[in-house]
Amino acid sequence: MQLRIDPGAVARARRLAGAIVDPVEAFIARHSTVGVERAVARLCGVDGVDADGVPLPNRLVDALRPREGGIARALGAAAAETGRSPQDVAAAVAAGEPLPDPSRTPEAAGRAALRPHVERGWARLDGARRERDALLARLPQAEPPLLYVIVASGNIYEDRTAAVAAAEAGAQIVAVIRSTAQSLLDYVPYGATTEGFGGTYATQENFRIMRAALDAASERLGRYVMLTNYASGLCMAEIAATAALERLDMLLNDSMYGILFRDINMQRTFVDQHFSRQLNARSGIVINTGEDNYLTTADAVEQAPAVLASQFVNEAFALRAGLPPRQMGLGDAYEIDPDLEDGFLFQLAQAQLARQIFPAAPLKYMPPTKHMTGDIFKGHLIDAMFNLTSVMTHQTIHLCGMLTEAIHTPFVGDRALALENARYVMGTARHLGDELEIVPGGKIERRAHDVLNGALRILGAVAERGLMRAIENGTFADVRRARDGGRGYDGVFSKADQYWNPFADVESAGMRPPASRS
Amino acid sequence: MSSVKPYGDTLDDGAVQLSFTLPIPWDEAADEAARRLVGLMGFTDVAVVEGRPISAAFSFYVVYARTPVAIDVSTIRAPSAAGAALSLEQVDELVAKRVGRKLKVVGACIGTDAHTVGIDAILNMKGYKGDYGLERYRGFEVFNLGSQIAVEDLVRFARDRGVDAILASQVVTQKGSDIANFTALAELLEAEHLREDVLLIAGGPRVTNLLAAELGYDAGFGRGTLPSEVATFIARRAAERVSA
Repeated sequence: MQLRIDPGAVARARRLAGAIVDPVEAFIARHSTVGVERAVARLCGVDGVDADGVPLPNRLVDALRPREGGIARALGAAAAETGRSPQDVAAAVAAGEPLPDPSRTPEAAGRAALRPHVERGWARLDGARRERDALLARLPQAEPPLLYVIVASGNIYEDRTAAVAAAEAGAQIVAVIRSTAQSLLDYVPYGATTEGFGGTYATQENFRIMRAALDAASERLGRYVMLTNYASGLCMAEIAATAALERLDMLLNDSMYGILFRDINMQRTFVDQHFSRQLNARSGIVINTGEDNYLTTADAVEQAPAVLASQFVNEAFALRAGLPPRQMGLGDAYEIDPDLEDGFLFQLAQAQLARQIFPAAPLKYMPPTKHMTGDIFKGHLIDAMFNLTSVMTHQTIHLCGMLTEAIHTPFVGDRALALENARYVMGTARHLGDELEIVPGGKIERRAHDVLNGALRILGAVAERGLMRAIENGTFADVRRARDGGRGYDGVFSKADQYWNPFADVESAGMRPPASRS
Repeated sequence: MSSVKPYGDTLDDGAVQLSFTLPIPWDEAADEAARRLVGLMGFTDVAVVEGRPISAAFSFYVVYARTPVAIDVSTIRAPSAAGAALSLEQVDELVAKRVGRKLKVVGACIGTDAHTVGIDAILNMKGYKGDYGLERYRGFEVFNLGSQIAVEDLVRFARDRGVDAILASQVVTQKGSDIANFTALAELLEAEHLREDVLLIAGGPRVTNLLAAELGYDAGFGRGTLPSEVATFIARRAAERVSA
């Protein structure tokens, strides 16, 4: 099943996306954020909380004045002058000591003194990646679409039970949905947590608990079960760092989602997404982008070009952070009104279009949510059509739709029914897409062309105006965000000439990323 | 007919279908456990038509049974807040003629809830299912504060702007967070002596008008609500207030 697509139009869209993100990249290169610096601190081994429960990375970076040189430079100077490890420096700061002034220490001496800690950070991260590669080789996953489910009880121990049950019922990827407000917290909570609303807090300890449970399940089932969380919101970079250390396999990570849908400052988000994706690239984590949000907040037929435009922008940002296409889970969703005649054809057109434009990307396909109601019977049918679209168009990451989507966070039985639905449809129609041809010039192909042309128009308009101005003007999702508005703006700062982030630049770390699996 | 039972294929057969999960592995004894459990719920003629494992530790059941109880529907009252909705033009005319100024309406997802799909459907120009949102009406001045708005901030906004109506939305209902937030808003408005000055409206997929009344709200709108229904309610109440 192939669409005839004008390769010139696709190339033009990619050029426009590049022209959109390059000026933002220039901005990113000159700036850092408190979130990036806290991620650096964590990768240097800083962890734990003070007596009041404030995370030490926060205490440390809050003490950094001026911030322009970056935390690594301060930690390096402290290590050179006192021999203290980054963790000891953070503990001292938390106990009330000032952070030593790095300007008195020669740059080279500071960098050399921090080097062992940086290398330990890289080694943990690379070790986790090698471990994943080995597990995947020994415990291969079933054929895509990879069935992905969420757990969201608020209690990590209940989540663990649900995740293991889902894995046994056929889930290949488990995502722990975060507590509703976490994207707006300017710190990563600490320890195992049992209270949350609409989800469970992302903490390093919670990551460990889930990873251990899914590793045990993977061994028992003979197939590797992946773990997903959210590198979004104000702690994008820190979550990317902790996820890399604890061998998560995927992270929701979108270049613009936080700006548009969580009112996080755009400068903060652009800088944070870049560093988080650099870490994702190195750690082999597949990102999942959030294009589904354009569809849940507006009409899915009208917004289809915005989805494709956003996929191009996400791809352009990701490439510039060093993330290879095989780690780009670009998003789309099955959200067209079920009452619309030929809506299924439109869904097929959009999904197949993305498949052909991004052939190497592990596309992330999101289930119907907006038109799901308390009628669980109809909901189960809509989910089946979504499952059919996914298998016909060879989507890679398939978030299973729940018949109770509109009612509650999934029950254990809901997840099992969703997985059965997906396995039935994808089994019985496994190669249907390969056996059919799309009528040239027919409804599906015409729709695909409309979507591509619409995306080109959006990209052209945004390239002309500039991305930040376009967001200010409400070009995306009808949401307007000011350049210096939103949450987290005060955490953005310009880098000084002496700024140093040993984890932002592979060359400066004196290492190269290990060879990756294909 | 006042006494009513579920209807399968014969009047008063009381037929119901149930499905549930038990936290035990499946075997034939588990089927029997499910059957007896449904009997203990008060049902008769229990048939476990499907029982199967869904994981090592959980099993799933589909059950048909009959209920011996009936309900007297003649005593039930659940008035809808919607009433007969007016058109956009009728609402605007009502506001223009009876109120004589734009009504200020503020909407927000309160507490930690980040799901604006409901409030956006009611307020955004575009509306929902072809029914324009309140921003489209000449009779309303609309402030959509968006997601995760603390009730303190919402009340401050309402006081500073002198709003006529507050629309509080809650989509997340886990562990009663919606009820807690709705209650906190109503209580704070009372404490600030603002409650009498505003129309207080709750919205969300799990909200009913009855629930809203219990929480001290003027109205509650649940799933499938059209913007014109909310607009009609606000305009009619505001017109009544002017006349009163």
